[in-house]
Amino acid sequence: MSSLSDLTSPNSPLYQKRKGVYPKAVDGFFRRLKWVIMAVTLTIYYVTPWLRWDRGPYAPSQAVLVDLAHRRFYMFSIEIWPHEFYYVAGMLVMAGIGLFLVTSAVGRAWCGYACPQTVWTDLFQHVERWIDGDRNAQIRLANAPWTAAKTTRRAAKYSIWLLIAISTGGAWIFYFADAPTLLRDFLTGNAPSVAYATVGVLTATTFVFGGFMREQVCIYMCPWPRIQTAMLDEKSLIVTYKDWRGEPRTQGLKKAAATEASFDDKLGDCIDCNQCVSVCPTGIDIREGPQIGCITCALCIDACDKVMDQIGRPRGLIDYATLEDAVIEKAGGTAPPVLKTLLRPRTIIYFTIWASIGAAMLFTLGQRTRLDISAQHDRNPAFVQLSDGEVRNNYTVKIRNMETRPRVVTLAISGLPGAVAWAETGSRATATTTMRVPVPADSVTKVRLFVAAPGAGPQRSPLTISAKFDASGAEAGRSEADSVVANFERAKPVEEGEE
Amino acid sequence: MAKNKRIDAPTGTSTVGHEWDGIEELDTPLPRWWLLTFYVCILISVVYVFLFPAIPLANSATRGFLGWSSHGQFEAEMAAAAARRAPVAKALADIPIESLPANPQLMAAAIEGGRAAFKVHCVQCHGSGAAGSKGYPNLNDDDWLWGGDIASIQTTLIHGIRNPEHDETRASAMPAFGEILQPAEINSLVAYVQTISGQAKPNAASARGAALFAANCVVCHGPQGAGIRELGSPKLTDGIWLYGGDAATLRRTITYSRAGVMPRWNNRLDPVTIKMLAAYVYSLGGGEVAPQVAATVAAPATPAAPGGAPAAAPADAATVAPNVQP
Repeated sequence: MSSLSDLTSPNSPLYQKRKGVYPKAVDGFFRRLKWVIMAVTLTIYYVTPWLRWDRGPYAPSQAVLVDLAHRRFYMFSIEIWPHEFYYVAGMLVMAGIGLFLVTSAVGRAWCGYACPQTVWTDLFQHVERWIDGDRNAQIRLANAPWTAAKTTRRAAKYSIWLLIAISTGGAWIFYFADAPTLLRDFLTGNAPSVAYATVGVLTATTFVFGGFMREQVCIYMCPWPRIQTAMLDEKSLIVTYKDWRGEPRTQGLKKAAATEASFDDKLGDCIDCNQCVSVCPTGIDIREGPQIGCITCALCIDACDKVMDQIGRPRGLIDYATLEDAVIEKAGGTAPPVLKTLLRPRTIIYFTIWASIGAAMLFTLGQRTRLDISAQHDRNPAFVQLSDGEVRNNYTVKIRNMETRPRVVTLAISGLPGAVAWAETGSRATATTTMRVPVPADSVTKVRLFVAAPGAGPQRSPLTISAKFDASGAEAGRSEADSVVANFERAKPVEEGEE
Repeated sequence: MAKNKRIDAPTGTSTVGHEWDGIEELDTPLPRWWLLTFYVCILISVVYVFLFPAIPLANSATRGFLGWSSHGQFEAEMAAAAARRAPVAKALADIPIESLPANPQLMAAAIEGGRAAFKVHCVQCHGSGAAGSKGYPNLNDDDWLWGGDIASIQTTLIHGIRNPEHDETRASAMPAFGEILQPAEINSLVAYVQTISGQAKPNAASARGAALFAANCVVCHGPQGAGIRELGSPKLTDGIWLYGGDAATLRRTITYSRAGVMPRWNNRLDPVTIKMLAAYVYSLGGGEVAPQVAATVAAPATPAAPGGAPAAAPADAATVAPNVQP
């Protein structure tokens, strides 16, 4: 900074007003694809919490439930406990690699079709067109003075946006509690305050992001585009304006015909009708080349194809193409088929890794033992000298019954000669090597385990603690937890001859 | 470096003027909403200054219109916690101590409360794991001087042991036999005690000691040396010694006697806390079933009557030597 004018120079303002974006309605293959994807994703979002799944009397009957209060995650037949969070980590890893896969194959398809920001912005824009009219009417209305008519329209638009926003924020909370109960409580004012706060925050973000921030979120706030941009390569499909075909542009058909007649020179197919710019939801001009603002929603492809049809020129002036295709086509060659672009080592490797993680998780999910124990040896004191010369060690044993029914588990100790165990409810007089512990459904039971063994022996010896369930009849089933090897400690052996 | 500013042709944006190895940075203007967000933050901070303590003064700080303070919040949270605990405290206050172990839920709450109180009031003598040390009993084991049932433990906690200026305290005293017996006789007694505790084989000295024991010790320690809980006299036949079971320690104990003291807690802790401490000590693994419920009920009033509790740290002097901790 050499002078004050650096700060105040009109050429480099400190901030920039948002340029209004009024995307024009368009129809075509990709627009219809977006309709379908919007319908599917919104349906999944709004309907999922209301699906039911019978898990018996001891577990919630909601198909998908993130039960933070009780630290359980239910997804159809799968129940995840907090210590099994690695499945969630695995899903995140899959999401990450899925991002690599999708981006390397079809570029920013996530941004253009499936991202909530895109889907809700699209929804808000349809509402906007419905109330205000298409692009030109919207621009006129934006520049118009605040008359009663404009105020009414604005109020109507904002009201509908707000309704969408409330139902969006409202749907979110149903993933975290029993949906019908929560809805009733919510409407009667009995829901927890965090539910109202969540709905409030999500309503505000939906309203602001979908109604006003729109492409600003993609360009300034979201890290995803930056990451994806870094992951694109010359073989990723991106929306491309084929400048070698379009340039030089001409203004309108007649002018083109006239120009072509007067010059021998070949003119480009682009008639500079600006339709690709008009329909763009982020307000960019794709003809400037690949850029951070392009979310690859492909609406400009639809717009351009329509114009090409009207002027009788081949479609695909703007199309999905890779940078490599562009080089080939520019040189007059024919680009390889799309399938060949999609199936290349990079995408196949990503898919293989992605699918392997998924298959491994499914396999381990099928192999899970829904019974688990852990044992913690009391460290202070590590052992207790008993009056009859024996030594006692104490353990805190936790038995996890991860099935949604109560079970009576057999807890056993082994591997230490002469050792007997009892729990808080028992006593040394009744101590044995096994005991039956009732464990309520889907919960952890803590057992204070006292183990007494003869006083003579090594300072530290292993003690195996195991838990298993084996029942027949109505409550039939069998599972055995991985047993735990804990230490049994004694005083340091006295030197010989001391006695 | 700013003199190197130029307009970047592809974007039409000015650069900031820095350049490193050919890499330049565009001076893209901030979106206006971002700037507005920044102003809103500044505005919020101004409001905050008025609402909350903010500006340091010589001895304090501005108070803020909301009157919030961290001390106030702490006290409010403590009061809320106390209010939450109130029903449990009430239930604990109402339940007779003998019935507590039969009520698992309340017992669990009492144990947790006792664990916390123990860490504050008891660890200084008994250690954080309640394993004691020389002269301070291990509360984990099954050897109790004054009784290991929950009521006896509570009595010991309430009244303490050899607690001066408290009439109801558990009390007993072992004479210093150095003034009564000859050193050789004391050596014989040591030999005898080591014999009955299984540490040594009988020999001539222990035989002489047996006679001396019968004459001097059985009143408190019993004919078999099994101890008498009403007197807090330790059992001499087991492997647990409060001060040590080796010959030198036994000789010292018999010669000079021992008289450990445990403070009473009824003048420092509320009854519920004492009850919770009793439950905690009881739960450590050595808790005993109450011998006769009837007798223990009477106990609190007459400290001597019920079995004594161990919780006491005192070394009970009463006698000779008991307990070594492991």
